[in-house]
Amino acid sequence: MNYVFEFGWLAQYYLQIVKGVLITLELIAIGAGFGISLGIFCAWARALGPSWLKPIVATYVELIRNTPFLIQLFFIFFGLPSIGLHLGELTAANIAMVINLGAYTCEIIRAGIQATPKGQFEAGASLAMTPFETFRHVVLLPSLQRIWPALCSQVVIVMLGSSVVSQIAAEDLTFAANFIQSRTFRAFEAYMVSTAIYLGLAILLRQVLVVLGSFIFPRRLAR
Amino acid sequence: MIEFSTWDILRNLLLATRWTILLSLVSFVGGGAVGLLLLFLRISKRKAARAFATYYIELFQGTPLLMQLFIAFFGLGLFGVDVPAWLAAGLALILWSASFLAEIWRGCVESIAKGQWEASASLGMGRLQQMRYVVFPQALKIAVPPTVGFSVQVVKGTALTSIIGFVELSKAGTVVTNATFQPFTVYGLVALIYFALCWPLSRSSQILERKLNVAHRNH
Repeated sequence: MNYVFEFGWLAQYYLQIVKGVLITLELIAIGAGFGISLGIFCAWARALGPSWLKPIVATYVELIRNTPFLIQLFFIFFGLPSIGLHLGELTAANIAMVINLGAYTCEIIRAGIQATPKGQFEAGASLAMTPFETFRHVVLLPSLQRIWPALCSQVVIVMLGSSVVSQIAAEDLTFAANFIQSRTFRAFEAYMVSTAIYLGLAILLRQVLVVLGSFIFPRRLAR
Repeated sequence: MIEFSTWDILRNLLLATRWTILLSLVSFVGGGAVGLLLLFLRISKRKAARAFATYYIELFQGTPLLMQLFIAFFGLGLFGVDVPAWLAAGLALILWSASFLAEIWRGCVESIAKGQWEASASLGMGRLQQMRYVVFPQALKIAVPPTVGFSVQVVKGTALTSIIGFVELSKAGTVVTNATFQPFTVYGLVALIYFALCWPLSRSSQILERKLNVAHRNH
């Protein structure tokens, strides 16, 4: 092997890389915020919701969980315009991530709701709360606390999965790597560096989520 | 201009599906073999072996599969190997799935009560014998549902190999779209084919989980 590594090429493209990192972070911030909200709603619908809503949500969850993110993204970006719905690449990427994360977090949060002792629901009912109020004020937070580690892992997995949005020309970190590769022909260096950045982001994101968890759930979970 | 019927589209997609299935099988079996090796390193008594396995798992789970594919595709070329897309795809998917399978199986091995290790040690068994005769048979039952569940991730992971130019179901979808200008139909069908591949796997994982619920039987 007589390949000479030259990482110096990357320095002049640092703005592109920073922009890519920011867009990746923006994607995961919007994806996590709306995705987890959607997941909470779907988990409520599947576990406690009205009977007509359950099969609809179940179909959505199964469809998303059993197809690749790349195809969901292509369907939204290339497929929807044929029925008159044109989306920009960033909008399409955001929507795809929210829909994707919503389905996965639904199943995780549902597990948390189902692990909640029945007495909690009964206690809520005995205080004359409606089932929804019981869910909102009594069940939701401890359920989230129970499955918080799994939720964090899923958010990190989806952040890493977001690298495919470069395929619809959303200018995330992978897009920056591809851009540099196409200009300098230094493929190996460009991908090594961006992979290292992804690894750093994954470790950082996990830490941030753990700290966030300790703010959202200040009290220890009763056993 | 040639007109394409829905059947033409579907036939072409189904023909490409065999490459998705083949690549999934190769990645899953190869990943299983490498994963088993990693598992032994991960629970080994040697500190260096444990550290290697930990870093390996952290590296492959902490970076995007797409980047691993790119590095395999472009990186292997540095060694003077002419890398066809299928080789890079297979290699990256094997290494990637190994990291997840090793971690899944570690959880299963660690869920076996410590007394089982101690009891078999008191019978004078070596570490490999303990693993082979006592721990492994019990861990296997716990491991089946999550392993089947992970195979769904492998099938979905193969979709990314289209980006480095391996012609499987996703790539065929793009090619057919470019020929027919019917992205809605084509990607809808592609999604349905993936669903038909993955859903039976995730269903059977759920059913197995209920049937083989050995982990909680004695508690």
